[in-house]
Amino acid sequence: MPPRTLFEKVWAAHVVHEEPGGPALLYVDLHLVHEVTSPQAFEGLRLAGRTVRRPDRTLATVDHNVPTGDRSLPIADPISATQVRTLVENVRDAGIRFYDLGSAEQGIVHVIGPELGATQPGMTIVCGDSHTSTHGAFGALAFGIGTSEVEHVLATQCLVQSRPKTMAVLFKGRHAAGVGAKDMILALIGRIGTGGAAGFVIEYAGAAIRELSMEGRMTICNMSIEAGARAGMVAPDETTFAWLRGRPDVPVGDRWDATVGRWRALRSDDGATFDRTVEIDVSQLAPQVTWGTNPGMVADITATVPAPDAFDSAADRQAVARALDYMGLAAGTPLEGLKVDRVFIGSCTNARLEDLRAAAAVLRGRRVASDVRAMVVPGSQRVKAAAEAEGLDRVFSEAGFEWRNSGCSMCLGMNEEILGEGERCASTSNRNFEGRQGRGGRTHLLSPVMAAAAAVEGRLVDARAFL
Amino acid sequence: MQPFRVHSGRAAVLPRANVDTDQIIPKQFLKRIERSGFGEFLFHDWRKRPDFELNRPESTGATILVAGENFGCGSSREHAPWALADYGFRAIIAPSFADIFHGNCCQNGLLPVTLTPNEVERLFSLAGNGPLALRVDLEQCEVTGPEGFHAGFTMDAYRRAMLLEGLDEIGRTLKLEASIAAYERQRDMEDVA
Repeated sequence: MPPRTLFEKVWAAHVVHEEPGGPALLYVDLHLVHEVTSPQAFEGLRLAGRTVRRPDRTLATVDHNVPTGDRSLPIADPISATQVRTLVENVRDAGIRFYDLGSAEQGIVHVIGPELGATQPGMTIVCGDSHTSTHGAFGALAFGIGTSEVEHVLATQCLVQSRPKTMAVLFKGRHAAGVGAKDMILALIGRIGTGGAAGFVIEYAGAAIRELSMEGRMTICNMSIEAGARAGMVAPDETTFAWLRGRPDVPVGDRWDATVGRWRALRSDDGATFDRTVEIDVSQLAPQVTWGTNPGMVADITATVPAPDAFDSAADRQAVARALDYMGLAAGTPLEGLKVDRVFIGSCTNARLEDLRAAAAVLRGRRVASDVRAMVVPGSQRVKAAAEAEGLDRVFSEAGFEWRNSGCSMCLGMNEEILGEGERCASTSNRNFEGRQGRGGRTHLLSPVMAAAAAVEGRLVDARAFL
Repeated sequence: MQPFRVHSGRAAVLPRANVDTDQIIPKQFLKRIERSGFGEFLFHDWRKRPDFELNRPESTGATILVAGENFGCGSSREHAPWALADYGFRAIIAPSFADIFHGNCCQNGLLPVTLTPNEVERLFSLAGNGPLALRVDLEQCEVTGPEGFHAGFTMDAYRRAMLLEGLDEIGRTLKLEASIAAYERQRDMEDVA
């Protein structure tokens, strides 16, 4: 057999049916479901008289629209409450495993899948959410789908897919202290653009990936979609196996050993070829921060806001001018020193235990600037409990952060946690689109340590000075 | 699904790249549990600006949207094509589309047409002359318009057939039940091995 990429191995192992020249029918090992993109899918099934084929391969929680305050209170927004209640009824009727708002396992769907060990190497994983690419950190082929496809997977446990192209992204060298996974992925998106990987599945490799924790790999795979990629993947290794071992859904004893033996084959063979290769030297990397209205509009914290004239195409110049107008920024302004009103540490990108530890290390013994409102929204209730067990909640609270319950929260602002018109926010989330965190809100994407440092100073700063 | 064969109508132009689905339908409208009624919220925030392209008189009643590259990037929300279709659009023309959005359009009989950047630029400039009438033909895979505008496009045979016939993809897949069941038996055995 000719050398194959990791993607090609996982793809080939899941083809149920294929006609020459046509798309493949792929089997789905794990289907993650949440309240916002599923109600119309369940309704479609009912109208067609169809049932959920494999409730045992389906896992549901509530995350997108839920409040992150006091969990003993009912959801105040009646439309959100209806959407949550609809999911509760749908999963009950179908017999789907479900973590409700009051559950100790509730959390952002892309945080709890790995946490439970439901996410495993070599799987195909889909969810009606674009950040499903997160699970690729384990060597799974994981991607976001629309609601019609959610319905298709519920009914058939399969998905019709055209075969994507492959891209290798090699992160070389060793990054400096204060620079990490978030900076690596933002730098990549800045380099290739928000549509730069459209039609591709990315495999991340290189020494800098091997040195990353699973949390860091998840951050990178999570934002693959922000470069337009169908999915992002990292070949599993000892770091992966050690992270998964003992989690509720993984095999134990002899079966664990046999399973790990199979997982070891999940790597790109020597000599396997990719349609495109991109190399990035992380030893030269500074902390990254976005200045515009898409994640590709990003620069070193030491840089200045670019001028529209610096861009080659008329379309880019127009887009940059529009972005600067929306962001309330003048070309040539240093990014370091920009005053922030809000700080958000959360989201499926950066709200796992390691992220909270990194932010807390900056905050220990320091205070949030008096005119900044800062909040931490842990990625899951388990992350929250683990952080509390090591006292991180006190570090955040004593520094002046709000310590909240888990959910997507201000990453997309579907609940009451939103920016006001014109408010500037340092955010560990994944999208800085216009209005993403609240109508008229201005988002700067950055890493957890950069967010913590910004909270202390009340302005964007280079976190390397805080370490 | 509503089939798409040939459609003639007025085109609105949106000469912006990387239009994300958060702009097409902002998050506060995703709490509905129905598929319908999203059209009035299409481009909700942008439509509040008088200079927004869709507010121009020549965009009134448009059923074809011409936009810049990487249209529909970001969130996978199918509410975006639902909103576009509910507003009255039948086809979207752009130099490129985000993958998930492209698939979501095809699931809803909303035809995504990929033309070259030059062809799309030509449509932007033709729209400067007043209302722009276009004809989008999926049977012949071509777009025609004023001043001799003619552009062919390609679409993968499977998607094209689904759209031309308005087929139910789930129904089609369920006909492969024997293959799915055989695959599952093998897969489930591996899981307990």
